[in-house]
Amino acid sequence: MLHSQNIESHTLSVLVDNEPGVLARVVGLFSGRGYNIDSLTVSETEHQKHLSRITVVTTGTPRIIEQIKSQLGRLIPVRSVIDLTVMGPPLERELALIKVAGRGENRVEALRLADAFRATVIDATVEHFVFEITGRSNKIGQFIELMVPLGLVEVARTGVASIMRGKEAT
Amino acid sequence: MAQEMTGAQIVIKALVDQGVEVIFGYPGGAVLPIYDALFQQNKLRHILVRHEQGAVHAAEGYARSTGKPGVVLVTSGPGATNAVTGLTDALLDSIPIICITGQVPAHLIGSDAFQEADVVGITRPCTKHNYLIKDPDKLAKAMHEAFYVATNGRPGPVVIDIPKNVQFATAKYSAPDNSGHKTYRPQKKGDQQAIRQAVELISKAKRPLLYTGGGIINSGPVASKLLRQFVKITGIPITSTLMGLGAYPASGKEWLGMLGMHGTYEANNAMHDCDVMINIGARFDDRITGRIDAFSPDSKKIHIDIDPSSINKNIIVDIPIIGDCAFVLEEMIRIWKAKSAKIDETALSKWNGQIDEWRASECLSYVQGKDIIMPQYAIERLYELTKDKDTYISTEVGQHQMWAAQHYHFEEPNRWMTSGGLGTMGYGLPAAVGIQLAHPKSLVIDIAGEASVMMNIQEISTAIQYRLPIKVFILNNRYMGMIRQWQELLHGGRYSESYSEALPDFVKLAEAFGGVGIRTEKPDELDDAIKEMISVDRPVIFDCLVEKNENCFPMIPSGAAHNEMLMGPDDVEGSVSEKGKVLV
Ligand SMILES: Cc1ncc(C[n+]2csc(CCOP(=O)(O)OP(=O)(O)O)c2C)c(N)n1
Ligand SMILES: [Mg+2]
Repeated sequence: MLHSQNIESHTLSVLVDNEPGVLARVVGLFSGRGYNIDSLTVSETEHQKHLSRITVVTTGTPRIIEQIKSQLGRLIPVRSVIDLTVMGPPLERELALIKVAGRGENRVEALRLADAFRATVIDATVEHFVFEITGRSNKIGQFIELMVPLGLVEVARTGVASIMRGKEAT
Repeated sequence: MAQEMTGAQIVIKALVDQGVEVIFGYPGGAVLPIYDALFQQNKLRHILVRHEQGAVHAAEGYARSTGKPGVVLVTSGPGATNAVTGLTDALLDSIPIICITGQVPAHLIGSDAFQEADVVGITRPCTKHNYLIKDPDKLAKAMHEAFYVATNGRPGPVVIDIPKNVQFATAKYSAPDNSGHKTYRPQKKGDQQAIRQAVELISKAKRPLLYTGGGIINSGPVASKLLRQFVKITGIPITSTLMGLGAYPASGKEWLGMLGMHGTYEANNAMHDCDVMINIGARFDDRITGRIDAFSPDSKKIHIDIDPSSINKNIIVDIPIIGDCAFVLEEMIRIWKAKSAKIDETALSKWNGQIDEWRASECLSYVQGKDIIMPQYAIERLYELTKDKDTYISTEVGQHQMWAAQHYHFEEPNRWMTSGGLGTMGYGLPAAVGIQLAHPKSLVIDIAGEASVMMNIQEISTAIQYRLPIKVFILNNRYMGMIRQWQELLHGGRYSESYSEALPDFVKLAEAFGGVGIRTEKPDELDDAIKEMISVDRPVIFDCLVEKNENCFPMIPSGAAHNEMLMGPDDVEGSVSEKGKVLV
């Protein structure tokens, strides 16, 4: 790049016509042009209007972020691209299911930490727990790290869902 | 009342209703219903090419020389994959193309059926948009929408993939309406305030320069007219990219010739030294900018483009204006006149004086001896002998393409068809087929290299079949000249695989196809041979044997700046940096 600028993380909310292939277009654009995807979520939001919302967390220099936005805007089924990060810190949540196996001290410690992080137990035997946790991605990341020495088995994360604060629509 | 008809009939009806007269195609199992419907009508003319890549290039030639979209019809699997190079070419050069591909019946999709390919998957990154139509009731609307998408905003290729069962099914046809697309509405009018700022900046310039591109051609003849008017009222010197040649007449006194890697000394130096750059419909491509961090360091930059993603992509600009250049130019002219704006006369004449000094280098000069035809001379004679005729030029890719751009001079838009963005060898011959179809009475010449022309030589057969008297003018240097030139500059003269070995006898080849072959190797025979070529009312392959080792100059080597041009062989030694070597 021209000037080595700071790498920033941005959360983009992309409203698209819910038609076949639209996710492939968005994802293909990122891989084809060498942009990063740190997190991606997609689902239909308004069935009547055939609208889906794709939330992408991406990183790049401010210039790359601008490029990503205008390249996304160029896709025919994309209705709007909103950079939630520039509109003030957006509300962001993620959900994760985390499996931890172990006995004795580790097990007690895991449960204690889960409590501190407001994770709930949704499945358990005497040898394992499955925790459900929601929150900001870094909080989930932190929790997962703490589980590693305690017998972390596997993790499923949803990716980030994000929306702007206040009463207006984006 | 909506009429019921088959999917195949809907395709034909939609094309006719969209004003299409000619389509380029090749049949196959998955498009037979459409071919059957074609057979039973007489409004649409089908041109049978010899390879699907040729179909797309022919449609591009047709589109670029008429301003109308070009239409292609190919079968599933290999038919569609053969079209991919053409589609990518059209995407990079922003040419409106509608490409209809047959697909295996919907219930077989995903089963690796015979001649199945994931066409929407394969063509997603090489089209502006694409459709797979599984519901016959959506076919008519998608056809009309495809035309809207291909021709509005920045033009480009659109693929419509139609499973065979949909072609057989019956459905309601709906005529084109003005609905366009439910959300896609490209911005055509530029922002008023930005336009005013631009006019203000230009009027205060001391060393202004217009840098124009293919966007002017795409916008239509009105944009070229307005551009001419703008130059007339402002007196600003002008250069253009390869794709924009003809928008401003080469005979105009403000014309600096083409810019970029093989652009003129005056154009590139003016780019480097200007204080206000007005980019209209060009995209700061790497062939143009040279080394980015040394690109026109002291200028304020205005960028007019219909595609927002072109803004600040390669070069940061000061005043971006998103809109169709015809709209924006019209506004700029109106405001310029209303303000009675004027560029400082002394400054402008000083700037022109500087430009004249650069011009005096005569960077395109060459020495023509008695024995061997120089490639530049061949183009120059071709130009002199055809300039007063109604002539269209296409090219292949290589040195001959650059010499054509340098030595053939264009006065009007839509007269020059070349593969700029993708640099596709094999473009020119099929493009000439498409151009000749659109302009049956005109003189259509493909300026070719002996290597490139072999890539789609089969399309001569198409020209014969439809009595299209295209002229293929080969600058035969027995080398992939452009490759040889780079190997000379960058790889110690090790000419790895760049010699044109085992060439056919092009005269006999022309005759074998049913055309006329001409060969010349003497400078003093060239004029008569060209005249003979022009007078023949049939397809001609002209084998013009030229100097083998000539290189194309001036040249900005990869990784160098505009003011670091190589003017000739003496400048070459050690000219390319290690960093430059990895660039293409
Ligand atoms: C399809 C394709 N393959 C390879 C290239 C790389 N390439 C660029 S120019 C060139 C040589 C062209 O030779 P010729 O047609 O004889 O033209 P000349 O440069 O000799 O005028 C090659 C191989 C290309 N541009 N397109
Ligand atoms: Mg050659």
